[in-house]
Amino acid sequence: MTANLSKSIEPMVRANGVHKNFGALTVLKGIDLTVQRGEVMCLVGPSGSGKTTFLRCINHLERVNAGRLYVDGVLVGYEERGNKLHELHPREAAKQRRDIGMVFQHFNLFPHMTALENITEAPIRVKKQPKDKAVANAKRLLDQVGLGEKAKAYPAQLSGGQQQRIAIARALAMDPKLMLFDEPTSALDPELVGEVLDVMKELARGGMTMVVVTHEMGFAREVADQLVFMDDGAVVEMGAPPDVLNSPRELRTKAFLSKVL
Amino acid sequence: MTATQWQPSELQRTRDAYRRSRARRSWLIALLSSAVFVGALVLSVGTSPGWPRVRESFFDLSLGWQDLPGLLRALWINVQIMLITEVFVLVFAAIIAVVRTLQGPVFFPLRFVAAAYVDIFRGLPLLLVLYLVGLGLPALRLHGAPDSPFVLGVIALTLTYTAYVAEVFRAGIESVHPSQRAAARSLGLTHGQTMRHVVFPQAVRRVLPPLLNDFVSLQKDTSLVSVLGIIDIVLTAENYQSQDFKFVHYVMAGLIFVVMTVPLTRLTDWVARRQGWQGSGGGVV
Amino acid sequence: MSVPQTLAAPLLSVRGLRKSFGKSVVLTDLDLDVPEHTCTVLIGASGSGKSTLLRCLNLLEVVDDGVVELDGQDIADPRVDANAIRSKVGIVFQAFNLFPHLSVLDNVMLAPRRVHRVRRQQAESDAVAMLERVGLSDKARARPDELSGGQQQRVAIARALVNRPRLMLFDEVTSALDPELVGEVLTLIRELKSDGMTMVVATHEMGFAREVADQVCFLDGGRVLEQGPPAQIFGAPQEPRTRQFLARIVAAGRL
Repeated sequence: MTANLSKSIEPMVRANGVHKNFGALTVLKGIDLTVQRGEVMCLVGPSGSGKTTFLRCINHLERVNAGRLYVDGVLVGYEERGNKLHELHPREAAKQRRDIGMVFQHFNLFPHMTALENITEAPIRVKKQPKDKAVANAKRLLDQVGLGEKAKAYPAQLSGGQQQRIAIARALAMDPKLMLFDEPTSALDPELVGEVLDVMKELARGGMTMVVVTHEMGFAREVADQLVFMDDGAVVEMGAPPDVLNSPRELRTKAFLSKVL
Repeated sequence: MTATQWQPSELQRTRDAYRRSRARRSWLIALLSSAVFVGALVLSVGTSPGWPRVRESFFDLSLGWQDLPGLLRALWINVQIMLITEVFVLVFAAIIAVVRTLQGPVFFPLRFVAAAYVDIFRGLPLLLVLYLVGLGLPALRLHGAPDSPFVLGVIALTLTYTAYVAEVFRAGIESVHPSQRAAARSLGLTHGQTMRHVVFPQAVRRVLPPLLNDFVSLQKDTSLVSVLGIIDIVLTAENYQSQDFKFVHYVMAGLIFVVMTVPLTRLTDWVARRQGWQGSGGGVV
Repeated sequence: MSVPQTLAAPLLSVRGLRKSFGKSVVLTDLDLDVPEHTCTVLIGASGSGKSTLLRCLNLLEVVDDGVVELDGQDIADPRVDANAIRSKVGIVFQAFNLFPHLSVLDNVMLAPRRVHRVRRQQAESDAVAMLERVGLSDKARARPDELSGGQQQRVAIARALVNRPRLMLFDEVTSALDPELVGEVLTLIRELKSDGMTMVVATHEMGFAREVADQVCFLDGGRVLEQGPPAQIFGAPQEPRTRQFLARIVAAGRL
């Protein structure tokens, strides 16, 4: 799963000293990391470590308080005018989000729409795609995730694993260049986890750049190019999965891994 | 797996028989105590000194029967007011609810006005609003302002009910989990698109029971427009009463309202039950 | 862990249990024996009826048919005092279900005081002892929302244990926990088992099941499709559906 790591090509995600606080609570204490094009990065760590918050900063669902975050060379959520950073108008921020797909722990499908409608909603409303084109594309994506016959089903009629696969298809419908996954399998019963991980593995094989917050160490070991361990708002250790999982350097990494492996 | 071929075992049949006998006993006790209660009520009312006159005045049904054509004709006014008002209320209340959920400092004036509106018109009794609008607006002698009592009645009812229904919509909007908004925004939908296509449709489905409730309430409050002189069903009953000093005319108007309202309340119950029917089956706890 | 050989009747004996919700039949023709001082683990896909079975065992659900014998007494009989039975059968839920308006200590003391009419001082010292047992005596005055998920679940276990139940039921008690908090709860369950508590555990934690179970029951289609010692179920499952289920768990990296 190695990708082109040439330094002259702009990385897909670049974080420099990213800080984030919620009121008095500092959740991110200066995150520096880089995700290359076509790379799969897994973020792991105890709950409260800030990994989900960091993920949500990448597509500006959370505001960064200090530092900079770039996606494909473009500053996220702000624009630089002169020497100052001005927050983007919500419409501009929404435009940035079109190219970044996100998959949530609890799927977050729109319950009042069918699977097909969930997938076609954004392309039609946001990209103004004509309906028949959006529907054709949606059907193709449903087949790709193995749910072609569930196009007319409502989320409530589907299992967790099926809902999550549709959520992935929904994110892919916008043709993103980056996919963010926030604990995509944590809310699933174990026997349903495999079908979702399979879809994610397919995506990775196809060259999609992915940042995945997860507890699935097996997935990380098999698919990730980089494994990042976060704790208490900072990156503690990062490297290739075999290195971090088999021979962690930091004490905190060791402690965490011993509890989850 | 279907339940059609299964038959309960002998043991289960004895259990069910025991439960049935216990249920029968409870039912009999309830029936007996209700009968005693109603009997005592009827006895105390029927033997009271004023009863014959009250019966003659309030419950002379052969007289009341003659009211029906006139009352039903007047009812049409109430129904018209209700339908027109309801349409305006739904539209304005939705707007106000959405305005109140707008975020960002730039919208503060709008939010403030919306909140103030809701506070004022939930505070004012409907009767007062009717007087203020019905008598006050024509007094301003504004050019082009309506002066038909019908229109003024609709305006007053709309102003008041919009405030209540706006709060119901707002509760619905806020009850939609924020993760739905996160999902919509992560797909690139703007706040407006998110609200229109994702949040509001879900909000409306959730608040159908209280919305229907307000609709029932409006149905009855239309009778208050009689204070502006509109000859609705209540004023018609009043007219009949002033002719023969019998109160059965009010009883008839009341009966008509109940008959009109019952289908709507049953519909409300049905909708509420259907919505709650997601999840666990019955239990003993 | 070997099953203590006993010729006495099992503590819990289920025969022909049937439970449906409306048209959907969840459990049918279910048989199960749980000898005293043993741990029975229920595994199966979601919707296979594990939770429903547990809820039938402590009378949170009324069975449609079948016999549930606890200590030789048929507790599915409507003449039985359900509340008395529920004190003998403790249950711990996936969502902890602690009472948020009460402190941890009050959560544990509530049933002894109000149901068993234990006097305040006695109830309090029992509760404190139980909190020590689960390693949370320093959190006695805290509110549930001040505790982590794993801590809340341990309080829930203490709350069930303080009634001195004959049988403990665990319904997916670690499924809602972050992975790094799962261990502390499983450790506690392990300790309870070695103290001799009879338990029925519904879980997805296959590694834990393999380690702690005396018998494993695979639920499928509303009945116990296959049961036996863990080595047999996990090592050499007989039924194709059992094999299918376990294959998916292994593929997900959970076994």
